[in-house]
Formats: sequence, structure tokens, C-alpha cells
Amino acid sequence: MDVFLAILASSVNTAIGPSAIVYALAASGLNVHYGYTGLLNFGQVGFMLMGAAGLAISVSIFEVPFFVGLLCGVLAAVLLALVLGAPTLRLRADYLAISTIAAAEILRFTSRSNTLAEFTGGPFGIPSQVGGAGFTQTWNAMNPIPPGRYSFGWLQFTHTRLWVVIVGWILVALVCLLIWSLMRSPWGRVVRSIREDEDAARALGKNVFAYKMQALILGGVLGGTAGMVLVLFQGSFFADGFRPELTFYAYTALIMGGAATIFGPVLGSLTFWFLLAVTERTLTLTGILPSGAGGATRLALVGLLLVILMVFRPQGILGNKREMVLDG
Amino acid sequence: MVVGARRGCVLALRRIAVTALLAVLLVPTLLVAPVLATDVEVVAQEDTDEADDAGDEEDAGGEEFRGTLVTGDDEPIPGVIITVETLDGEVVGQVESDEDGSWSQPVPEPGDYVVTLQADTLPEGVELRDPERASLETNVRTGQERTLLFPFGEAAEVTPFSERLISQTFNGLKFGVIIAIAAIGLSLIFGTTGLVNFSHGELVTTGAVIAWFLNAPAGVGAGIQLIGAGAIAVVISAAIGGAIDRGLWQPLRKRRTGLIQMLVITIGMMLVLRNVNQLVFGSSSRPYFDYTIQDAFVIGPLRVTPRDLIVLLLALIVLVLVATMLQRTRIGKAMRAVSDNRDLAESSGINVTRVILVIWILGTGLAGFGGILNGLVENVSFIMGFRLLLLMFAGVILGGLGTAYGAMFGSIVVGLVTELSTLFFSTELKLVWALFVLIIILLVRPQGLLGRAERIG
Amino acid sequence: MAEPTAAAAALADVTPEPGVSKPDPILVVDEVRRSFGGLTAVNVDHLEIQRGAITSLIGPNGAGKTTFFNLMTGFDRPDRGTWSFNGQPLANVPAHKVARLGMVRTFQLTKALTRLSVMENMLLGATQQRGERFLSALLPTIWSAQETEIRARADELLARFNMDYMRDELGGELSGGQRKLLEMARALMVEPEMVMLDEPMAGVNPALTQSLLTHVKDLPSFGMTVLFVEHDMDVVMDISDWVIVMAQGKIISEGPPAAVAADPQVIDAYIGEDHGDESRFTPTTLATTAAASTETVGRSPVLDDHEGPATGDVSAPSDDPDGESHA
Ligand SMILES: Nc1ncnc2c1ncn2[C@@H]1O[C@H](COP(=O)(O)OP(=O)(O)OP(=O)(O)O)[C@@H](O)[C@H]1O
Ligand SMILES: [Mg+2]
Repeated sequence: MDVFLAILASSVNTAIGPSAIVYALAASGLNVHYGYTGLLNFGQVGFMLMGAAGLAISVSIFEVPFFVGLLCGVLAAVLLALVLGAPTLRLRADYLAISTIAAAEILRFTSRSNTLAEFTGGPFGIPSQVGGAGFTQTWNAMNPIPPGRYSFGWLQFTHTRLWVVIVGWILVALVCLLIWSLMRSPWGRVVRSIREDEDAARALGKNVFAYKMQALILGGVLGGTAGMVLVLFQGSFFADGFRPELTFYAYTALIMGGAATIFGPVLGSLTFWFLLAVTERTLTLTGILPSGAGGATRLALVGLLLVILMVFRPQGILGNKREMVLDG
Repeated sequence: MVVGARRGCVLALRRIAVTALLAVLLVPTLLVAPVLATDVEVVAQEDTDEADDAGDEEDAGGEEFRGTLVTGDDEPIPGVIITVETLDGEVVGQVESDEDGSWSQPVPEPGDYVVTLQADTLPEGVELRDPERASLETNVRTGQERTLLFPFGEAAEVTPFSERLISQTFNGLKFGVIIAIAAIGLSLIFGTTGLVNFSHGELVTTGAVIAWFLNAPAGVGAGIQLIGAGAIAVVISAAIGGAIDRGLWQPLRKRRTGLIQMLVITIGMMLVLRNVNQLVFGSSSRPYFDYTIQDAFVIGPLRVTPRDLIVLLLALIVLVLVATMLQRTRIGKAMRAVSDNRDLAESSGINVTRVILVIWILGTGLAGFGGILNGLVENVSFIMGFRLLLLMFAGVILGGLGTAYGAMFGSIVVGLVTELSTLFFSTELKLVWALFVLIIILLVRPQGLLGRAERIG
Repeated sequence: MAEPTAAAAALADVTPEPGVSKPDPILVVDEVRRSFGGLTAVNVDHLEIQRGAITSLIGPNGAGKTTFFNLMTGFDRPDRGTWSFNGQPLANVPAHKVARLGMVRTFQLTKALTRLSVMENMLLGATQQRGERFLSALLPTIWSAQETEIRARADELLARFNMDYMRDELGGELSGGQRKLLEMARALMVEPEMVMLDEPMAGVNPALTQSLLTHVKDLPSFGMTVLFVEHDMDVVMDISDWVIVMAQGKIISEGPPAAVAADPQVIDAYIGEDHGDESRFTPTTLATTAAASTETVGRSPVLDDHEGPATGDVSAPSDDPDGESHA
């Protein structure tokens, strides 16, 4: 019994932790892309990488102030959206999927190569020591919470984690508010009509390309923000932290929660991390699997979950069954 | 409709049950295998500062790599940076050689690593005898302190450009035909069903892994000679392909599941297959047990091993056979007809469901075959398929999505671009060039080099 | 036959021959050509569409009508050619700008926006919405007043189309005919000067066809020009002021409905089609002339030969030496 309580407690701890925040932000970005606009972006991790690199490189290497660094992260994501969107947004959805994943991999390969090591730190990335105390210095200095460990019932935090978690969830709430106010407006209506049939939208005089671009930028900036939260919490930036799988997990979270709903991606991320933690800890603590095999097993289960969800409940937890029936 | 859906679900569940069963059956094999799968930290590193100490510490084995760097005249070389990475590219550590030229880098656990000498940190006038061998892929056993040698010398006479051009062309061709074989299925499936199958790369891995276990000596595997093992593995792959189509895609198509929804399902399949492969095979990369050590022979300026030459010839023969089949046989013509215009084919009496099933069987069998060839010239690993996947996409799009010949042609171009780029640019960026070509093609000719534009309105 | 409208009166003196000039053209097309591989789908030398009239575009399947619509509205690019709308050249103008200039089209395969409600479908049609700009979208004060106005207009239109009771239904839940109605109503929300309807009545039951027809007939009184594609000759005869006939990408005949129905070339174009789809020629006028003309004129454009020499190679139908393939 105790074991199960312990599993539950630590899983809840994980579920509200920084990883879930990162995923909630990244999946909200995908929600704007895929859920509302119908853009199949399979390179969300590329936007995360741009955000993270924008922040880490500008602050640690070029020693700009922290807040300028945040701006650089956002601008880096915008830049990627422009460069990627200009050629591909006119193409079919599945072409966009392939070229975004390719672009994300190009970014990862390039920034981990020694060719750019001067800026990106190559395979080692940018640890917190580079550039004095690194890009996390200001962030940690701003932390008003006195050092120590805090616990609220089951939840346990160090002061650094608590700081990330508080700011992170506030950020998530703001993002939800932003998406909500956009999607109920005429802008949201146009964007959703593009998802349904872009030729119809075009025939009604909507500049489909411009709207797609705006949506790509918005979702990309949310991805970039997720990347910045990720590196701030990790304290270091390294390119290999941004593998293609990340995008796929974010999609799983989105679909689990319900695409084209405001809270879907958030709920999905919480559930995703909770399930990951529960399965892994159950498998290892109860000794069903050796500790090393837990990672692959739980990811295989994630895949299985994604398949089952798509087959049996494609609208996710919060999605609208009535709308889903009409899809395809 | 409802009944159809219900049956679809049952079939889908059956398929899922088969996958799970397969995993369960193979777990004991995993326990015998020397290297256990390690927990890959692909997911955002999780809560490091929390009580997450669920037994990650292995008994400190003290494995390390070490060595001493000396010039041809036995002069020590200090200040050279050496990095150690896992095969996935995760950096384990980096050291600098000391006054005596010696260095050592501990690694967390036994397994395969890539040890790279950063050639640009070498002092002036000192060069590796073989610049290609700045990066060594090697492994360390439990408790082993493995000594590595980086030979220096009067930079051995630099291979002339023309020779490198020829050998890289050969490599590119070899790589290209392997991609082509693996990509035919991807292209035909897209052509007939419109499905972009993200799990196709994992089918490549699965074929290679099955062949590995059939080939591995008794105790771990079945100990069948590689030719037999490969043949059986291709057949099993093909059967898996057929099962996937019958068990999952056919019912989904009957339910008129949206293409995007199906695309997301392929991503789920990709995760399942990849991680089952990893559980079964482990995270290290291992060669087959036959044809590993061979003397290269020299044809003019080209040094090739018989293995590589046979891989190339075999792949070419299979490509020609597939092309002939598409061109001449009835089923081949039916495939092209369905690919060309599905409704028209259906109304002219072609059994589209059966054609698609055959395409899945053929495509997955070829994917498995491609995986085996790839495992033969490189190594077998659980991520080999995903690495190939993006290149296959590049090849398929380059040639025009959905046309089998296009896929063959495009893949060979991608193989050549990948290998020839190393003549001018850093090797670590060679995949980037291939992906770059993909994006350029999408930019200037989205329907591919051999494809057609589609109809509006 | 339609009431002799102002437009019909204006067209009364126009000679019924292909490419003839109209007194007050809204759309003028010159030398527009589009081919797909070896097949010339559209090859129009000169064409004018009269402002304020209802013009129908007819022709056998594959004649190039939809392709012509696609070209005019910027959904496809011609190999060459120019055309202008209200004097404004439209070559290389993207589709959404064409719509904003006042030329709006519907699609042969209806594009109801499935997961948007009927009302949202309608609201989407309105142009110049302040809330459609990204930043303004965040501040409802900027757009809510305009939204109310648009909503009122949409309600009015829905009522006119007898669809007001389904305003909260999702687009995908409508029947095929209802979707056609919705698509037309939505196009009218744009307040276009010219609507191009691609087979608006196809697949719609007779009762609904009648109501759709009355709506189309009404449009000129709202100052709109209508160009529409239709296969049903009864409908064409009933509502058009002018009829244009297309075959193999070319305009082979144009004129008032009666004149076109009597044109032997038109009969040929249809009968030459081996599918022999005579069921379309229900009006007796056309049927009788058809029977007469097949004997007198021993010539027919070969409509099925897609691989053959492009139509462009044959300078004019009357020069076509062979083609006695029909009985
Ligand atoms: N994108 C395309 N690629 C190749 N051929 C095309 C394309 N679009 C149209 N065509 C061809 O152009 C010709 C004209 O087609 P179009 O759709 O314009 O005919 P239509 O007059 O609208 O026929 P219908 O009355 O059946 O709707 C046809 O032969 C068609 O096959
Ligand atoms: Mg048409």
C-alpha cells in the first residue's frame, strides 16, 4: 500500500513539475498550429531549440541582459517561422510535416556540430558556467523564495523548482487566456476555416497565406517559450536535448487532452507526465522490469496510448465528439 | 457502419495484443543480451533535483578510455581535446591530454562509445596519419580500462581528390540504393492510400533486428548464417507488413478515418516499434556475425570490401526486379493504376484492398531488406531506421511522392549528396545536406522531380 | 424564359457569335490558355460577360468550365492570356484579392466548412472585418459592434434562404443540398459584384432547385452579375439572359438561350460526346433541332480524345475535316 501511495505522490509531483509546463506550452503552440489552423508542424522541437538557443547564446556568449535574451529567444522562434513558413505554407499539409521535421533536425545537427561550437558550444552545449554565472543568473537572482525545501502535502519543491513551477504555470495560464481571446474573435474564425478548407477561405477573400504565417509564428513563439522554460530549469542548453521525439510527445499530450480546445493541451500534458511517471515507477518499484528498461517500456506505452486514443477517442479528453465525427 | 467500426476495433486490438505479446516473448532474450537498454533521456530531463533516485547508480565499474598521444618521433602531444559520446550523440565527457600526452576519460557504464580527437586542437605540424580516424567507434566492457591509439605521423600522403571522389561516389551509390530499397514501400503506400507513414523507418529497424537475432550465435539467437537469416527476416518483415495492413489500416480505411488522424497513428506506431526494438535489442549498436572482417581489394583507384560490393550489386538487382515487376506483371500494373487514380482503378475492376495489402507486404519486406543491408555495411541499432526515415522522405519527395521510380531515383540522389558532401564539408553535417536538398526541392518543385501537380476545384 | 430584364434588353442587339462584344462588359477575357500535359483544357480567344446579366456557361463534361472558373478567380494560373474585371487586369492576382475585388466563386464540390456552425460559415463571408486582424482580435471593443452588424446581415440572408432555423448546426451536418444553399449564401455575404456559381443545383432535389433558382434570379436586382455553370437545360433556358457554350476548352457558341439551343454546333458538341447524354436535352426546342442537325452537319468535335492533338491545334471547329464518328 505504502508503495502505491509513494508512487502516486511522486507521480503527482512529476505531473505538475517543470516538464509538464514545458509540454503544456509546446502543445499549446501545436494546438494553434494543428488544432486550430490545421498546420501539421512536426518540427515544434525546432522552435523550442530556437527559443532556448536564442536565450542561452545571447546571454551567455554575447552577454546581453537577461530580458533582452528572452526577447532574442522569441525573435529566434519568429525567424524560424518566417524562414520555414515562406516556402512551405503554400504546400500541402503533409509536405509541411516532412519539411518541418527536417528543418528541426537540420537545426539540431548544425548546433551540435563543431562547426558552430563557438556559439552553440557544439556537442557540449552551453552549461551554466559559460559567461560568468550563465544565462540563469538573473533568473535565479530574481527568485524571491528563500532557499530551502518546501512541501505542500504530497508536493515537494526546492526553492528553485518552486520558482520555475510558479512562474511557469502563470505563463501557461496567460497563454490559455491569449488563445481563448484569439479563438473567439473573427481572427480565430478565419484560422479555423483555413483548417477546414483553405480554398473556401480564399474564395471568400481571406489571405490564407498571411493567416497561416501568423498562426505558425504564434505557435512557434509558444514553442520557443517552452524551450526557454526548459533551459532555464535545466540550467544549461545543449542541442541534443531537442530531439524529434519531443514533438511527438507534445502531440500525444495535445491529442490526449483534446485538440482545438483551450485547456486540452494543458490537461494533456499533466496527464501525459502523470501516466509516464506512474508507469515507470510502478514498473521499477514493484520490480516488474529492471530499472534500465523502464524508459523504453514507458515510451512504447506512450506510443500505444497514442494509437489507441486516435482509434477510439480521437477527440481526446476535452474534445467535442460532435465535431470529431465530421473529421475526414 | 457501427458494426464495421466495432470489428475494426477488435482487429486493431488484436494487432496491438500481438505487438505486446511479441514484446513479452522477447524480454527474456533481452535479459540474456549483455547490454541492457539504458533509460534514454530524450524526454525533457525530469526533475533532477527531486528524490528521483530510483536506482540509477550501477555498481561503480570504473570503465574508462585512456591513451597517450605521441608523435611519430615519440614526442608527447599535450593540450589535445578528446571527447567521448554515446552512440546517440550524448556527450559523456571531454579531456585534454596532459604534459606526457596521456589522457583518460571515465564512462558511466560499459557499452559502445564514440571517441573523437578534436583535430583542430592539435599543435601545428602534427597531424593524424589517417584524418578519417579522428573518430573511433569502440566499446568498453565491464570494469575495462580501454586503451586507444591515435597514430600520428608525417601526414600520410593525402589521398588525391579524384580518388576520394571515386570512393565517395561509390559510398553514395551504395547508401543511395539502400535508401531506395527501403523507401519503395513508403512511396507506394503514399501513392495508393495517401498515408505518410512515419513508422516506416521502424519497419526498417525491425527487419535488421530480426535478422540479427536469427544470425546471433545460439544462446542469444538462432545461429543461422546471415544469408539464411536475412531471407527469413525479410519474409517475417513482409508478414508483419501484411498483418499491420489487415489488422490496423484496412479497418481504419473502412471507417473512413481521416488521413491526418492516420498520420498521427503512424507516429504512435513509430514510438511503439522503436521502443520495443530498443527493449529487445538494447541501445548499443552491433554488427552481424558474418562478413564482418574482410580484406578490401583494389579496383583501380577504389578500395572496396567484397561485402560492400555485393551489397551494392544485390541492392541494384532487387531494384531492377521491383521495377520490372511494376512494369510487367499484372499486380505491378495494378499497383501503378491504383497509385495513379484510385477511383478509376476501382471502377475498372481492380481489387484495391488486395493491391494495398500486397503493397504493404512488398513494401515492408523491402524495408526489412534495406535494414539488413544497412546493418551489414554499418551496424544494427535501434535508431538506424529513424535516421534513414528522414533520408527516405527526402528521396521520395525528391522523386515525387507516390511514384516508385521517383523514389528510387530520388533516394540515389540523396545517397550521393550525403556522401559527396563530405568532400567539401564536415562529415558531421552530411545528413544536414541531404535534408537541405529536401527543403530546396520542396521550395522549387513541390511535386518532386518526376511528380505531377494536382487538381483544384 | 426570364422576364425581359434590363440586362436582357441590353443584350437584345448583340449578335449571337463566339467572342462578340457586349455593351457593358464586367469581365473581359483575352487569349487565355491552360493545358495539362498534352490536353488543352481552356483555350478562350475572347469573351465578355455583360454586367447585371445572368449568363450561363454550358458544355459537355470535361469541356473546361471548372478550369475556366479556376483561372478567372486566381485558383489556377493560365499558360498565357489576360483578363480584366471592371477594367482591372487580373493576371497574377491571387485568389483572395480577386474575391475582395468583388468576383466571388463557389465550388462544384461544395466546400461547407465542416466544423464551423452555419452562422460562423456566414460570418466568415463578410469582408473588411476589423477583428480579423491579429492585434485587433485581442480587443473585442474594436470589433464587437461590427460583428453585431454582420450577424444581422447574415441572419437576414439565412432567412432569405430559409436556413435561419439551422444557424447553430455544424456545416458538416447539413445535407448536400443545404450545403449548396449555404455556400451560395456565404458567397453573397462577401457582397460581390459578380458571383460565379459552379453547378449550384447539382444534386439538389427539385423543390430546393426551384427555391435556389428564385434566389439566383433575384441576384441582378441586388446589382450582381451572375455567371453559372449548369448541365440542366431546363434551368438554363429558364433563367439565363445569355448562354455561353464551351467544348474542348473553346467557346463554340454564345447568344440568347433560344439562339444557342438552335445552334447546330452546340448540338454537335453534345451529341459528339459518345456517352450520348441526350437526357440533358429535355427542352423540345433543342431535341428537335438536334435530330435535324445531326444529318445536315457531318462533323463533330471528338470530345473523348484526351491524348490526341490538343484542341488548340485545330483552328476552328468548322475546319475540322473528319469526325463522322457519331451515327
Ligand atoms: N489539375 C489537372 N490536371 C490534369 N488535368 C486536368 C486538371 N484539371 C482539369 N483537368 C482536365 O481538364 C479538362 C477540363 O476539366 P474541367 O474540370 O474544367 O471540366 P468541366 O467542364 O468543369 O467538366 P464537368 O462538367 O464534368 O464539371 C478535363 O479533361 C480534365 O480532366
Ligand atoms: Mg466542372
